[in-house]
Amino acid sequence: MSGIPHDHYEPKTRGEKWLHNRIGIIGLLYDTLMIPTPKNLNWMWIWGIVLAFTLGLQIITGVVLVMHYTPHVDMAFASIEHIMRDVNGGHMIRYFHMNGASLFFIAVYAHIFRGLYYGSYKAPREVTWIIGMLMYLVMMGTAFMGYVLPWGQMSFHGTAVITGLFGAIPFIGEAIQTWLLGATAVGQPALNRFFSLHYLLPFILAGLTIVHIWAFHSTGNNNPTGVEVRRTSKEEAERDTLPFWPYFVIKDLFALAVILVVFVAIVGFMPNYLGHPDNYIQANPLATPAHIVPEWYFLPFYAILRAFTADVWAVQFVSFITFGIVDAKFFGVLAMFGAIAVMALAPWLDTSSVRSGRYRPMFKWWFALLVVDFFVLMWVGAQSTVFPYDWISLIAATYWFAYFLVILPLLGVIEKPLAQPATIEEDFNAHYGTPAE
Amino acid sequence: MFRKLTLSAAIVLGLASGAQAAGGGESHVEDFAFSFEGPFGSYDQMQLQRGLKIYTEVCAACHGMEFVRFGTLADEGGPHLPEDQVYAYAGNFEVWDPTLAGGDGDYRPATPADKFPGSSMSNAPDLSLMAKARAGFHGPYGLGINQIVKGMGGPEYIASLLHGYHEAPECAPEDFPGYYNTVFETGGFPNECKDEHGNHLYPGSWIAMPQPLLGEDVDFDDEHSNELEHEIEDISAFLMWAAEPKLNARKTAGLTGVIFLIVLSVLLYATNKRIWAPHKNKKH
Repeated sequence: MSGIPHDHYEPKTRGEKWLHNRIGIIGLLYDTLMIPTPKNLNWMWIWGIVLAFTLGLQIITGVVLVMHYTPHVDMAFASIEHIMRDVNGGHMIRYFHMNGASLFFIAVYAHIFRGLYYGSYKAPREVTWIIGMLMYLVMMGTAFMGYVLPWGQMSFHGTAVITGLFGAIPFIGEAIQTWLLGATAVGQPALNRFFSLHYLLPFILAGLTIVHIWAFHSTGNNNPTGVEVRRTSKEEAERDTLPFWPYFVIKDLFALAVILVVFVAIVGFMPNYLGHPDNYIQANPLATPAHIVPEWYFLPFYAILRAFTADVWAVQFVSFITFGIVDAKFFGVLAMFGAIAVMALAPWLDTSSVRSGRYRPMFKWWFALLVVDFFVLMWVGAQSTVFPYDWISLIAATYWFAYFLVILPLLGVIEKPLAQPATIEEDFNAHYGTPAE
Repeated sequence: MFRKLTLSAAIVLGLASGAQAAGGGESHVEDFAFSFEGPFGSYDQMQLQRGLKIYTEVCAACHGMEFVRFGTLADEGGPHLPEDQVYAYAGNFEVWDPTLAGGDGDYRPATPADKFPGSSMSNAPDLSLMAKARAGFHGPYGLGINQIVKGMGGPEYIASLLHGYHEAPECAPEDFPGYYNTVFETGGFPNECKDEHGNHLYPGSWIAMPQPLLGEDVDFDDEHSNELEHEIEDISAFLMWAAEPKLNARKTAGLTGVIFLIVLSVLLYATNKRIWAPHKNKKH
């Protein structure tokens, strides 16, 4: 499976041979677990395990929650309270699930920015990157629909706002919105279908996870140097790599345990800190909350959605040349999806031949600014749209696009990269010394 | 435009901590030292029992608690009333039972399996979850630092609101509906008390609920002080319990989990160090 030469599974006992002649399942598991992994991976390469664990956690807690939940507009809110008060351990299961969504997004953002810094998206790993972006979209859809289910004030009015985005699409928008909601407004049909999809999508995510792993097992892992593993002979490859088991499994599990200490502390001691208090008020279509704010993990893209208002010249220009078909609202929707699209296109927008940001002196600073930009967008996404927040979000949103559409293509041309180590072994030994033979 | 850009940049750089206050008459929520704050905090059983008495004799006249089951009053980590008292307490309430009178339905005395009745007044909100629904008095803006550092939350808001009744400012017309409260933000506000830009000149707004607790409203069996400030702390603590009855169990589980995972982390750290040792030869 992997292009890196390594030992393959050999059935030894009679039983193993019997099974191996019928299905190569042990061989598949062996090759997956023993895959040669660059030995210089740093602590930013642990988020994959955290994400896999969190997906499992969300599916298991979610399946149990469904056993006690009622997807009905008159009963959903009360059934959550039933889980919180009457179901054995229900309050812990629900708080794990609720905060598990936050852990999921912290991990996915760390994972994505890791990829952006070390150039993990570049050839030959574009497919891994694209599948990852699809997974991120599925995650966002799942999280959004899950947030609707408690049927609190934010659930209801948040759904109205987000599905309203589709209503901004010219000509067919309203029809799409009605089709999504199953009605002209948020109500029972919407709750039912979001419940159904919230249960379905995690399994699609699990399937995509397998394809994601398959893809990078085909190309081999990237690593902090961005230099490929030598693969002309097994001996050479073994100087650059160590098998995934036990070296990286134990390392990743250690990191996971440390992260879970913080996670369990939040669940145990302040489980509602990341949530919005208004969602403890039952949905009331007649009383709109003063500030409708999405969950924190949507804020950066929510900020981009709101950044392009009708008084921005670019919006006016686009509106003019499209005869008003693309108005400010639709422009914002395009910008929000565009912000994710440009990220997905990074493999083709980045013109530099050097993978890792470590050897790119100019790129480093622009990347650091992108990380700051991401947090600024997250912060400003929770503010109202008055001055100066409107300006801040416009500047921050513009930088997001500039990074991918202008800076990445340009840097590859004007930047003088630093010298890269010849091999992974060289980089590893520079840190840890030559191993004693 | 350049000025705006500079200003925006200055704010991004973190000079805008005062930006939240720009909204004008920001009301003030006091910090109270409740027994259930912090990782080791838990409910004070006697305080919850006093709070229940205040709820029953004062709040329940208008408000309800439709998600709270009578039986949970006997829960450990809650008011922990003896079973017979819970039966007797529930029996004071009547619930509608559609199975009685040959399917026509009728009222019967409540049992511990039933829930508290809902609000009897349409504009009196249900109090089951009030302590959690009002935990965000800092608004969606701001990072809620007080929530982490001081453990401030919904109970603080409720207590501050009950303390927040004051003489209405001179500018307000005599017949303006409601009662002036310096903490309540979402009520009516007379135009006479706004400046020419519509900014409120006084904090808070007018709330429909008259001051519910005045001090010495109830007599406690344990002869605990029934002065206003003590009553307010007791009812706020009780409403926190009503909203989060499993708080004690949750914190115990959290603490157990954290200790377990710290031990696991140390073991995994040692394992990791050991298996990697032959491949690392740290330079000195």
